[in-house]
Amino acid sequence: MSAAIVQVPPARWRPGQALIVWIYYAVCGAITLAFLFPIAWVLFSSVHANAGSVPSPGWLPATLTWENYAALANVGSGLWRYLGNSVAVAVGSALGVAIIGSLAAYGFSRFRFVGRRLAFILVLAAIMVPFQTVLTPLFIVLRLIGLQNSLVGLGLVYTTFHLPLGVMIMLAAFDAVPRSLDEAAMIDGAGPAAILLRVLLPLVAPSLVTVMLINFIASWNEFLAALILMTDQSNYTMPVMLVTISFGYLGAVDWGALQAGTVITMLPCLALTVAFQRYYVQGLLAGATKG
Amino acid sequence: MRHHGLTGWLFVAPALCLTSVFFLWPLAMVGWISAHNWPLIGRPRWIGWRNYLSILDDEIFLGAVRFTVTYAVLITPILFIVAFVLALLANTKRRGVGLFRTIWFLPTSIGISTASVLWVWMLNGDVGVFTTILNALGLALGPVQYLDSTGAATVAASTMVVWKTAGFTMVLLLVGLQGIPIELHEAARIDGASYWQDFRHVTLPLMRRSLRLALVLSVTGSLLVFEPFYIITRGGPQNGTISIVYWIYNSAFGSFRVGYAAALAIVLLAMVLAINLAQLVLLRDPDDA
Repeated sequence: MSAAIVQVPPARWRPGQALIVWIYYAVCGAITLAFLFPIAWVLFSSVHANAGSVPSPGWLPATLTWENYAALANVGSGLWRYLGNSVAVAVGSALGVAIIGSLAAYGFSRFRFVGRRLAFILVLAAIMVPFQTVLTPLFIVLRLIGLQNSLVGLGLVYTTFHLPLGVMIMLAAFDAVPRSLDEAAMIDGAGPAAILLRVLLPLVAPSLVTVMLINFIASWNEFLAALILMTDQSNYTMPVMLVTISFGYLGAVDWGALQAGTVITMLPCLALTVAFQRYYVQGLLAGATKG
Repeated sequence: MRHHGLTGWLFVAPALCLTSVFFLWPLAMVGWISAHNWPLIGRPRWIGWRNYLSILDDEIFLGAVRFTVTYAVLITPILFIVAFVLALLANTKRRGVGLFRTIWFLPTSIGISTASVLWVWMLNGDVGVFTTILNALGLALGPVQYLDSTGAATVAASTMVVWKTAGFTMVLLLVGLQGIPIELHEAARIDGASYWQDFRHVTLPLMRRSLRLALVLSVTGSLLVFEPFYIITRGGPQNGTISIVYWIYNSAFGSFRVGYAAALAIVLLAMVLAINLAQLVLLRDPDDA
């Protein structure tokens, strides 16, 4: 995000300008604290011994404690199971969209074939339809093909609903690569698969990173489909497990476990966003402007 | 451009297969299911239009439509104002502005359900931090219940949504702001325009596209809202915060009326498509045509 200055910079320093700058930083600082507060507060409380009670203004705990995180081992099937489920589904669907989306985008970008237009419309159709409206029949379809209550089924569902955006991003990337590169490789004897793998993919790597990043985060965070399709508690993903804790189905609400679980669920997304902010923003913007 | 008919199909086939099984098939089934009395377990029975007719007698669904539309109408302007202020503040080259932008954008990457759970804890009357703050400021004594009236519960859940989504709307608006050629602002300044006049007559008109995009996203996103009212308010108090998707979910998986839920889903689909269409037509940019 490169910024453009709205105001014309002042020719020389004026006292009024200093006041404006001071107000600017005061306002931005206050907003920043407000946005950061929920994240910082749950991070702080999750390693605080008396997380359940209202803390006295004594504030910083004398010693850090991991007991809230340890408590997660005893929730349902245990933290590792839910974390494993989430990682499997999110990584699987990120790779799925990257691979299947790239193949499709390459096909659409470089080949003309009978029914190409229809295939294109069908693959992108899911963009027009909110997935909430097909969740009920999806449940029935998954039961018919034996993929209900299965992490593979959930991963395939995520892959399918994230596919249109993946195809669009990769299609734009492939279309931006001059066809003369393909032709040069073809003259050297490369087939279509070799052209895709050796010539094109290295050139569209940034778009591939974007696709994997937004799909990992979206699948990692998805709640409603996981809630409906996973009927067995041991197949829950982190978000479903968290909501189960917050509903207190397992007895009274364990606030310490809830804080630790919240931290574990949000930290990977926050870290990826900070590390790859540019890619993530580009992916979200592509998703927003798709309509 | 090469013309290997089959090769192209081979590359597209996996995507087409997945889409057919997990999207087109269920989509085709929605209408079929909605014409049946379809229990989750057991034989479906054809009942024609009857599911659609019973929608009109479903007070909770009609209440959910009223609630969801009200929510969309209320949260959209608030989200816009907050995001616009953030975008204007972020649209400079002052030192540290990159850090501000990053932090304001940060909640975007947290899942809406995770964010809801976080706020369940913060809003809790006994252990929540908002009660602590109000007590420390002397504004309240003892536990504060934020979720015991429909209005307060809606405000509480909406505050979470604004916190989580304002950063992304800011980015959308920022793209629009930065697309305005700086010469236009300079020309306005030279002509003696104040900051406000520049904003009103240069910035706003040139941001139509970004504003329209953000509007469509906010309204459709709000119509499909589920997690905040399932997790934070749990539809209460007195069923006052049940959203449309919440009621569809409840019909299918709470009371196992799958056919009826499918009919509700078709109503929702029609609403979303109609609103998208209306927004595109009403807000059409004459320059676009």
